[in-house]
Formats: sequence, C-alpha cells, structure tokens
Amino acid sequence: MGTIITFYCLSALIIVSAVMAVTSKRILRAATFLLFVLIATAGLYLLLNYHFLAAVQLSVYAGGILILFIFAILLTSPKGDRTEPEDRGKVAMGLAAALSGLVITAMVTVKHIFLYADPNPTVAGDHEINMKTIGHALMGTEKYQYLLPFEVLSVLLLVCIIGGIFIARKR
Amino acid sequence: MYSFTDITHWIDRLLRNSMTDGWTLFVEFILIGAVIMVAYALLALFLIYVERRVCAWFQCRIGPNRVGPWGLFQTGADMIKILLKELIRINRADRFLFRLASFMVIIGSICTFGALPFVKGLQAIDFNIGVFYLLAVSSLGVVGILLAGWSSNSKYTMIGAMRSGAQLISYELSCGLSLLAIVILSGTMQLSEIVAQQSEMWFIFKGHVPAVIAFVIYLIAGHAETNRGPFDLPEAESELTAGYHTEYSGIQFGFFYLAEYMNMFIIAAIASTMFLGGWMPLHIPGWEGFNRVMDYIPSFAWFLGKTGFCIFLALWVRWSFPRLRIDQLLNLEWKVLMPISLVNILLMAITVIL
Repeated sequence: MGTIITFYCLSALIIVSAVMAVTSKRILRAATFLLFVLIATAGLYLLLNYHFLAAVQLSVYAGGILILFIFAILLTSPKGDRTEPEDRGKVAMGLAAALSGLVITAMVTVKHIFLYADPNPTVAGDHEINMKTIGHALMGTEKYQYLLPFEVLSVLLLVCIIGGIFIARKR
Repeated sequence: MYSFTDITHWIDRLLRNSMTDGWTLFVEFILIGAVIMVAYALLALFLIYVERRVCAWFQCRIGPNRVGPWGLFQTGADMIKILLKELIRINRADRFLFRLASFMVIIGSICTFGALPFVKGLQAIDFNIGVFYLLAVSSLGVVGILLAGWSSNSKYTMIGAMRSGAQLISYELSCGLSLLAIVILSGTMQLSEIVAQQSEMWFIFKGHVPAVIAFVIYLIAGHAETNRGPFDLPEAESELTAGYHTEYSGIQFGFFYLAEYMNMFIIAAIASTMFLGGWMPLHIPGWEGFNRVMDYIPSFAWFLGKTGFCIFLALWVRWSFPRLRIDQLLNLEWKVLMPISLVNILLMAITVIL
C-alpha cells in the first residue's frame, strides 16, 4: 500500500517535471526540472531496493552532469535567456522521435516477463543486491562478469578527457 | 556497552500494539524525520555559539557573554531575530529558482546528516552503500548554490556561485578518493560495518601511513567542501559582500547559514566515523583492563568528542590562515591533493594485500 502510494507520487513528479522541463521558457528552469526528473528516478530505484543504482543516479546525473549543464548555461547564455520558439520541421521531428520512443518502450514493457508477474518467483528480487556482488561482477573475468567492457569504457573516458584538453588548449 | 536499540525497539513495540504495521512504519518515519530535523537545528545553533566563542578565543576577545550563562542563549535569540525578519523580494529575479535554491542546499545537507551512525544502535538508515550514499547526496548542495547565485540577479552572487561550484566539484574528488582508501581497508561501504570493524583498533592506526595521509587529505578537502576557512573565496566578504547568498534575507539566509555550519559538523562526523572509529571506544589489543574501562564511557560521548575534536581543528585552521587565491586553490587540489590521494589509494591497496 505504502509502496504504491510512493510509486504514484514519484511517477506524478516525474511526468509533471518532464513536461515542465520541455515547455519551460527559461533554459535554467528547464535544467532544474530535469534535475527533479532525475532525483525522482533515483527515488524509484530506491523503491525497488536498488540502492546502488539510486546513488549512482544521484552522484552521476544530479551531482555531475546536471552541474555541468548549469555551468554551461551560466557561462554561455546572457541573463534571463528565453528560448526561441522552434520551427515546424523541428517540432515534427521531435514529436516523431518521442512517439517512436514511446512505442519501443511500450513494446518492451508488454513483451517482457516481469519477476512478480509469476506468482511463485524463482529469483529473489525483493532484497537489496549486495555491493560486493556488484563489485565482483564489474571486476571479474568469468561469464556474466564485465571487466573488459569496464576497462574499455575507462579508455573511452580517457580519450574524451585528452580530447577536451586538446580542444581547450588550442587557443 | 549500552545500545540504544533497547529504546527504539520499545517505541516500536508500543506503536505496533496500538495500530497496524503500515501505520506504525508511517508514524516511525515521521518521528525519525522530526527528530533528525530538530537535532539538526539544535546542533547548528550550538555550533554557531561554539564557533563564536572559539573565534573570540583565537582573537583574544571574549565573544558573546551577555545572553544567558556564558552567552549560551545568544544564538537562540539570533534565531528568533532571523525568523522575524522580512523576506525581501528581489526585483527582476527568478523567484521560483530563488526560493528553491535555499531548500536544495539544506535538503542535501539534511539527507547526509540523516544517514550518519550517531550512537550505538542509533542510525536512521544503514545503507549497504553507506559511504557512496553520503558522497552522492552531499553533491546536491552544489546545484543549490549555483541556482542561488544565478537567480539572485546580481554580479556578486554570480561570481560567488561560480567560484563555489568550481571549488566544490574539484574538492569532491579528493574527498571521495581519501574515503575510498578506507573502503579498501575495510572491504565494505556499510557505515555500521565500518564502525564495527574498528572495535579492535581505529582505522587511522590500523591502516598505517596511508590511513594517516587519507585522514589529512580528507580534513583539508572536507574543509574546502564547507566553503570555510582559507577556502572561503565563494563568500569573500571583502570582495563579494557575502558571495552567493548576498541577496537572501530572513530564514532563507538562515537556511544557508545552518547548512554551512552543519556541513562542517557532517564532514567532522564522517571523518570521525571513517578514521577515528565513530562511537567505538579506544581499544588497544592486549590491554584487557584498559579496554574494559574505556567501554564505561558512553558511546555518544565518544562520537561527540571525536567530532568535536575535528570541528575544533577546522575552526583552528579557519581563524589562523589567510584566504587563498582562486588559482592557488585549484592548483592545491588538482596538482597536489589529487595526485597524492591517487598514489595513496595504491599504497593502501599494497598495505592491505601485504
């Protein structure tokens, strides 16, 4: 009961903030509503007992990427910047992208067999996943362990950092 | 050693007898939230008083001494004054973001405060990812500071917010890395487990040199995180009036003020939990009698004593060193503290393997 109420509150917050983020005229307000969407999503993860993902969501998106957004807005746009209304073609393209995204998500949701749809679930999904399990999965080399993708991603990030420095240094 | 779980279980049973389980949980959540917020406000008031007295002591003054015995009620009177003040409307400011910013700062701070292990058996929520949660939630405050600076429609606040943002983001790195050294040593991120593992010896002694280096780095970086002391350029009063909260008045300014002081407490509390054993008494392996005597000192005294020690260090630094320039500040982080803490993690890993 409590879980359902919390879920509906969080979902309402996500939907309202997402709509506000797109329709808001001031770009910094849009960024703030995006922040609400991200925090509420972290709340959904907490509701699913997935604490690690919630903390990652908070520290990477709310604490990292969004601050980068706000910094970029503060450094580039003049005071009280208002967004221009988009032309027809862009609106149509955006609508098409949003609709196709909706269709894909709906298809996946309908096709997917959820753990709790089965009255006698075989996999324990109700309790929290231990941090040690996640760590071993990230750092192992056996089946269903992800050391190689992890390292490849870190190389990609390093390339991005060096590229950023190179562009910024060119003067 | 007395465990506060007795009291919490007693309250839990009392509530369960009179209502259903769902309502019990609901009432307990509200109770815990109220207790945390009241403790937050009271501790902040007391800290402001302590800061004034210690600052006065360093400057050979007396400090507040008229209201109540030793001026103890001075901050209470100040709180009443701040509550009665008018909330000034800023002309041509984004009012929604302006209001929101002060709440963001204090929410980030309270969320961190709520997850600390205060006393044996008194921890509101014990995440499996405790340390990571603390780091993640405390980063919310930066957004509040940036929004406050932008929405106030003033150049001083804007410059203060930009400085503060750059400073907080940079120093978060060495904060996290120095805590990571302790996570490597303990092998867990759960705060209760980290405290329990220090029952033989505190981590600062157990971890040899790397733990001491991590402790010093954490104190420096954490001090910078609170925007105080030699790192207070975001609110450098001689250049920027009051930095990012220049335009705030009344209780909205009070929120920033409370958050600043409580962030100092939170940093000190995390330092004492991770390095000095939290509420765990000082135990020396082999000294049975000594350990037994130490157990008689209650756990909240240990926690508050260690945290108070770290806070005193922070105040000492604040009133002793001149302010840094922005380039010195960023150089200190990116060219000194971060390389040292990266090497320190390696050192810690080698120590643990050996």
